[in-house]
Amino acid sequence: MPPLGVLILYVIIGLVSVGSAVGLLVSRNAIYSALFLVLNFLTVALLYLVLGAPFIALAQITVYAGAIMVLFLFVIMMLGAEKLTESSLRVRGLRVLAVVLGLVFAAEVALFLVVRGGIPAAPAEPALTFGDPAAVGLMLFQQYTLPFEITSVILLAAMVGAIVLTRGDLKERQARRAALEKKA
Amino acid sequence: MSMIYYLILSGILFTLGLLGVILRRNAIILFMSLELMFNAANILFVAFAAYYQVLSGQLFVFFVMVVAAAEVAVGLALIVTIFRSRNSINVDELSSLKG
Amino acid sequence: MQLETALMDPNFALVPWVVFLPAIGLVLNLLVGKRLGERGIGALASLASGGAFVVAVLLALGLTRSPEGATVPLVDWIRVGDLSVRWAFRVDTLSVLMMLVVSGVGTLIHIYSIGYMHSDVRHNGDPLRFRRFFVYLNLFIAMMMILVSADNYLMLFVGWEGVGLCSYLLIGFWFEKGKAGIGNAQAAKKAFVVNRIGDFGLLLALFFLFWNFKSFDFAVIFAQAPQVAAAAPWVVLAITLFMLLGVTGKSAQIPLYVWLPDAMAGPTPVSALIHAATMVTAGVYLVARSQALFVLVPAAQNAVTWVGAATAIFAATIAVGQYDIKKVLAYSTISQLGFMVAAVGMGATVAGMFHLTTHAFFKALLFLSAGSVILGMEHGAEHGHNGHHLDPQDMRNMGGLRKRMPVTFWVYLIGSLALAGIAPLAGFFSKDEILAYASQQQPGVFIVLLIAAFFTAFYMGRQVLMVFFGQPRSDAAGHAGESPAVVTVPLIVLALLSIGGGALNLPGSLWLEHWLEHSLAEVHAGEFLLPVAAGSLAVALAGILIAWLIYGRKPLADAKTPDPLARPLGPVYRGMESKWKVDELYHAVIVRPYRALSGFLAGPVDQGVIDGLVNGIASLFSMLAQLVRRLQTGYVRTYALAVLAGVVAVLAYLATVSFR
Repeated sequence: MPPLGVLILYVIIGLVSVGSAVGLLVSRNAIYSALFLVLNFLTVALLYLVLGAPFIALAQITVYAGAIMVLFLFVIMMLGAEKLTESSLRVRGLRVLAVVLGLVFAAEVALFLVVRGGIPAAPAEPALTFGDPAAVGLMLFQQYTLPFEITSVILLAAMVGAIVLTRGDLKERQARRAALEKKA
Repeated sequence: MSMIYYLILSGILFTLGLLGVILRRNAIILFMSLELMFNAANILFVAFAAYYQVLSGQLFVFFVMVVAAAEVAVGLALIVTIFRSRNSINVDELSSLKG
Repeated sequence: MQLETALMDPNFALVPWVVFLPAIGLVLNLLVGKRLGERGIGALASLASGGAFVVAVLLALGLTRSPEGATVPLVDWIRVGDLSVRWAFRVDTLSVLMMLVVSGVGTLIHIYSIGYMHSDVRHNGDPLRFRRFFVYLNLFIAMMMILVSADNYLMLFVGWEGVGLCSYLLIGFWFEKGKAGIGNAQAAKKAFVVNRIGDFGLLLALFFLFWNFKSFDFAVIFAQAPQVAAAAPWVVLAITLFMLLGVTGKSAQIPLYVWLPDAMAGPTPVSALIHAATMVTAGVYLVARSQALFVLVPAAQNAVTWVGAATAIFAATIAVGQYDIKKVLAYSTISQLGFMVAAVGMGATVAGMFHLTTHAFFKALLFLSAGSVILGMEHGAEHGHNGHHLDPQDMRNMGGLRKRMPVTFWVYLIGSLALAGIAPLAGFFSKDEILAYASQQQPGVFIVLLIAAFFTAFYMGRQVLMVFFGQPRSDAAGHAGESPAVVTVPLIVLALLSIGGGALNLPGSLWLEHWLEHSLAEVHAGEFLLPVAAGSLAVALAGILIAWLIYGRKPLADAKTPDPLARPLGPVYRGMESKWKVDELYHAVIVRPYRALSGFLAGPVDQGVIDGLVNGIASLFSMLAQLVRRLQTGYVRTYALAVLAGVVAVLAYLATVSFR
């Protein structure tokens, strides 16, 4: 059992994490939800640091909080979609059912992960150079070369896809340009 | 800190993300809940990597991040396109494939 | 009877041609008939039928040399398990006698039809139907030949059904005409359906035969018959009684005779050929052929005899009250068939076949002459001037035709006298032989047949007097003219046969009997009993005399005058006129309930239950699909929820499995 101070720290991190997730869930404002998510990412990055994965932690901040969330915020601001109309879905009890099933799911996960047993109390103290970028990089380029290259292809595909999707066809572009020129 | 902590945290975050996917109508917030689920899984990966002293767990997180980034890019592009034609990002309005 | 011998008379090999020649004739008419013209078509068909007659004559000549006959196999037909049936032709005196009658009278009727149908198709407005008539006629000859030349019951049945089909086709020849536009078609349907009931009986007999004898061949069955009868007599009784049902259908006996008067809706040559001379005799032929079976069960023989006798007198009474010229002849046919059936039932097979032959001559003659009369009436109606539509077949519209149609009158008179049984015409000898036999064996039958003979003479006298004597009672009769030679020449030939036909089996020579004894198991020598002969002649003359007293001395003044018998006999006459309401009885007792049953089965059962079941299954699936369709809501969130539910379920299952 770690010392009390560390324990409190863990509790605070956990609460902030869960709290920000709940905030994301219930917030009516999309910007607020995005910001809550950023907070969540930050707490998770902290956890990574504790778990001896410095590279991954910083990658989390850079990629997730820095790039992905920024993208989200761009889109939110571009679409201006903070308010939503009434839903046409008429399934009564969807909420209740979802919550119930979610709770059941959580219980089952707890059952599997916790009750199964065989997991010792604390992980062994990791070596200082455990999550070293050098070590990660070495493994990345030696053992996981192929997946690495494939991810580059995935990113390329995503890029091209995003551009093609948002570009639209010729007519749409002309219509957009005309609308812009009218405004100008 | 014991493993249980990370397992429970991960489970809670995953469930919350799941509920967000089912209950929120805003497509963007739906995506964000999805990212939450990814993160929950990543926590598990890193925790087990630390426990078993296996570095591959961390590399998996790396790949998950890359793929998540790509997915977000394309997904948001889709949302933008849909918004352009329907002027709404309410996923409940995308129901023309009903049987 | 022997089967084929190694040294078969060479003529016998010709026997397949009695079937093939008419078949070729009809095929040729079908293929090239349009180009031949009416004369060509008629000539072709008559040649085909005549060719069959020539072959029959050659076969007869062969039989004079080797009277025991032969079986000429053609091809194997069915070979299934125990059953082996061939297309084989039985050439013996009985079958050749029938062949001669059918093809001989048939050829004369073919020639007659050339002239008759020439007028008829124009009278009915469809000259192109001429060819169809001759195709059907040739088909009929072919089928009848199959029937009489069959070596086994199954082939006989093929011919039996085939002549039934031809009867249907020919009765309904003018299918769009008749009462209310469907009268002829309904008559054809009635003939077919009623015959079907008889055929059902014959089929049951065939089934019994196969089951007990394991074969359909005549030779096999007749050889084994005594043993089977000794072992299980009820089997042979059942077979013969079911055959009797078939006979009552085809030969128009009680209770299935009702189709024959309606069959008069067909053209007159059809009535002459099929419903007087040939098809209706198929039943008599069947009983004669199956004599070996019938002699084993005296009960069946009694049944046959009494059915025949009852029919003879019943139909004769109906004929007295009819005034359609063809209906009188139709009921007369039924009555005479009753004579024949009674004869073969009693065991006087030779007498029955003799009467069959002579009856073919004079009944065909009478029908064809009636056709000539009708033709004359139709011509008279066209040339005369009467505004309303006149029934050319109603005797009340006729009268005095002997001056306007002399040839027809004379041949009709000869036919009538022959039918009435006046010596020395053919009918006298044949009918007398039956009566003689009956007087010795079955006195009850003799009395009944004698009374029927009286009625026969009476109604024929009535008919001749109404049609040919007195004054014309309508314009049509007044302007009627004689028919052309192509019509009258066959009539003359048939008249000569009616006069001389008695020579076939004169009491002294008994030529027919000697001819037939080679084919039949038991042949009783026909005796000439003078009292019986004199008695039957007296009865016939009395009938004619009374007819003259009623209809001849004071002929009917005009078409509307009621029949002189109507008042004295009152209800009896009305009964005779309305055919004793048998048709109405059948309609009420059988047809109506059956129609109700059909309606019920068609409606609630077929549409309701069966269709409901099938459609119900389809609609059940449709409903299920409707239910399942609800799953596709179109909302992503519900899909996600479904995935979650699935995951929960799978995890629960895994939890239970892994924690066991």
